[in-house]
Amino acid sequence: MTETAFARNAQGAPPARPGRRFSLTWLGLVPFLVFSTLFLLIPTAYLIVGSFVDSTTGDVTLQNYARLTEGLQLNAYLTSIEISLVTALVGGIFGFLMAYAVISGGPRRLRGPLMTFSGVASNFAGIPLALAFVFTIGRTGLVTAFLAGLGINPYDGGFTIYSKIGLEIVYLYFQLPLMILIIAPAIDGLKREWREASENMGATTFQFWRYIALPILMPSLLGSMILLFGNAFGAQATAYQLTGGFINLVTILIGNQLTGDVLHNKGAGYALAMGMVAILGITLLAYQFLQRRSERWLR
Amino acid sequence: MAFLELSGIQKRFGDVAAVQDFDLAAERGEFVSFLGPSGCGKTTTLRMIAGFERPTAGSIAIDGKDVTHQAPNQRNVGMVFQSYALFPNMNVASNIGFGLKIRKRPKADVDRRVAELLELIHLEGRGDRFPWQLSGGQQQRVALARALAIEPTVLLLDEPLSALDAKIRVALRHEIRQIQRQLGITTVYVTHDQEEALELSDRIVVMSEGRIEQIGTPFEIYNFPATSFVASFVGTLNAMDATIVDASAGRLSLAGHEIRTTSKLAGSAGSAVTIALRPEMIALTSPDGSNVVAVSPMKGMSGSNRLPGTVADIAFLGSVVRVRTTVGPDAIPVFVDTFNNPNLAVPAAGSPIVLGFPPEACLVLGRDVVPDRTDALAAAEAML
Ligand SMILES: Nc1ncnc2c1ncn2[C@@H]1O[C@H](COP(=O)(O)OP(=O)(O)O)[C@@H](O)[C@H]1O
Ligand SMILES: [Mg+2]
Repeated sequence: MTETAFARNAQGAPPARPGRRFSLTWLGLVPFLVFSTLFLLIPTAYLIVGSFVDSTTGDVTLQNYARLTEGLQLNAYLTSIEISLVTALVGGIFGFLMAYAVISGGPRRLRGPLMTFSGVASNFAGIPLALAFVFTIGRTGLVTAFLAGLGINPYDGGFTIYSKIGLEIVYLYFQLPLMILIIAPAIDGLKREWREASENMGATTFQFWRYIALPILMPSLLGSMILLFGNAFGAQATAYQLTGGFINLVTILIGNQLTGDVLHNKGAGYALAMGMVAILGITLLAYQFLQRRSERWLR
Repeated sequence: MAFLELSGIQKRFGDVAAVQDFDLAAERGEFVSFLGPSGCGKTTTLRMIAGFERPTAGSIAIDGKDVTHQAPNQRNVGMVFQSYALFPNMNVASNIGFGLKIRKRPKADVDRRVAELLELIHLEGRGDRFPWQLSGGQQQRVALARALAIEPTVLLLDEPLSALDAKIRVALRHEIRQIQRQLGITTVYVTHDQEEALELSDRIVVMSEGRIEQIGTPFEIYNFPATSFVASFVGTLNAMDATIVDASAGRLSLAGHEIRTTSKLAGSAGSAVTIALRPEMIALTSPDGSNVVAVSPMKGMSGSNRLPGTVADIAFLGSVVRVRTTVGPDAIPVFVDTFNNPNLAVPAAGSPIVLGFPPEACLVLGRDVVPDRTDALAAAEAML
């Protein structure tokens, strides 16, 4: 008080205003625009046009879309959706629990390593990931051999990595860490004061989760799982390498339609891809909607 | 037995002693503030009353019941946080009604109580708003209503106004005080703002480094600070080094001049003490007595100490004019406050001036040196 009373008139000069100059900063956008035109806009346009063209006659047709409800294509969508849903739910729930345990309960030192590992593991996909699993829990994998040595060979019980469940386990390897990465900020946003305020008003831990923490986290949880869904839906190389195209996923079927020997119908492939674009588009919109909502809360 | 009793409270975080030797007895309906700089243990003490921290030693009793080991959700004390801590997923009415819903009160009762509280905090009809749609001041009022909804035995507020702008802070301060009086609820209010503590409290607990420096009414804390810390933390203060001339006669030497004090002096002649003068207790006159710039409200109590000095500069603080003077060969700065008035003849910087103050205004500071409260208080009260 005493000190400030006399320091009042020492006011700083207003900061100099930069002159208005013609700005060239938009030039920085050029590489991005070129890139997105070449690799996004042109292919998408090609896809849209191609999906309305009959591959054999070259006529304009809606036939490619009509076929999406036929056995093979419909089955591909259902399988893709099932695998994406299962891995999004399981990866989402366990990823959340792990992230929550490390962020708010466990030793603080664990957080850095877990996040780094998650960053790497969530990007570990495709052929290397499939091979890693084949070498460990494949029919002759290291872990399988070890378990067999103990007399509990999982393959005797009907398990195989080259199946839907196997594929789901492999997908979880990147789904779980991805969940940890994207849900961590939301968990950080849970204020300690909310818990204390609820306790202060008589709530138990269960009631705190039931009425406050879960409702607050719900948009983020759903949004993150939707992202996981899209992530699994779009995966192709991992499944192809692991099961050799044996499991009928949308991405694999698209590949077969475009380049395959048995199936070869470009138009049908494009229509399949358009269906996938639509599904991924919807998941992204849903993700954004939920994200915006939780941002408002966690501000 | 007092309504809220903290006895021998101690709290350690590892090697850090956050709170030590804390004893407090607050009466039912009393408004007690914890005042002190950041890090002095105010929040920790409050959190121990709420049950969020367990004391390392000591006990806490509310209304005769020992709650030291009771869980926070069993205590029925209301807490208001600095950051409001409203539940963002609930509207205003659900926030306020949350504690009652947890207590499984019938919905009609909850609705009635929520409406009552919305009226109390002047947010009638805003029950369906969400926290993010409210201003900071409104959010804090909702937080207050939420804490009051459960009819807590004790209301705890941890710097509830420090996130708000100055104007709202003052308005809400009055509102809090008025609501507290109206409900007669025992309240503990944590703040680092002395103005807030002085205005709101029945009693203030001044804290420093985890310890209580002094407990007293705002009047006592301001006029009779028990320690140099209290004297310098509360209000503006001129603290100066002096030496004892004659302890039993209360004679001191300051800047080469002899002055007298009514405070008890401990120490032999020649030992150093710190004395304190409030700026508003000092009279200021020109050396020939023709211009009276400031009059001491304690004037004519038992003679006056006189110190010659020089005017250094003048600051207008609105209703108060603060004159900075220097005294003695070392130019010790001394602030003198006087009420502003249009006829005030403000002396120019550099002009000689005489400072006058009664011995009662001259406080001697030190942890163990308590000013002679009874004499001085009686004198001060006679003056009012
Ligand atoms: N949870 C904690 N762990 C370790 N030290 C803490 C913790 N809480 C408070 N402290 C320490 O205790 C002291 C008092 O803190 P606090 O009660 O928050 O002070 P105030 O509210 O007066 O600013 C500080 O030194 C602070 O660093
Ligand atoms: Mg604090």
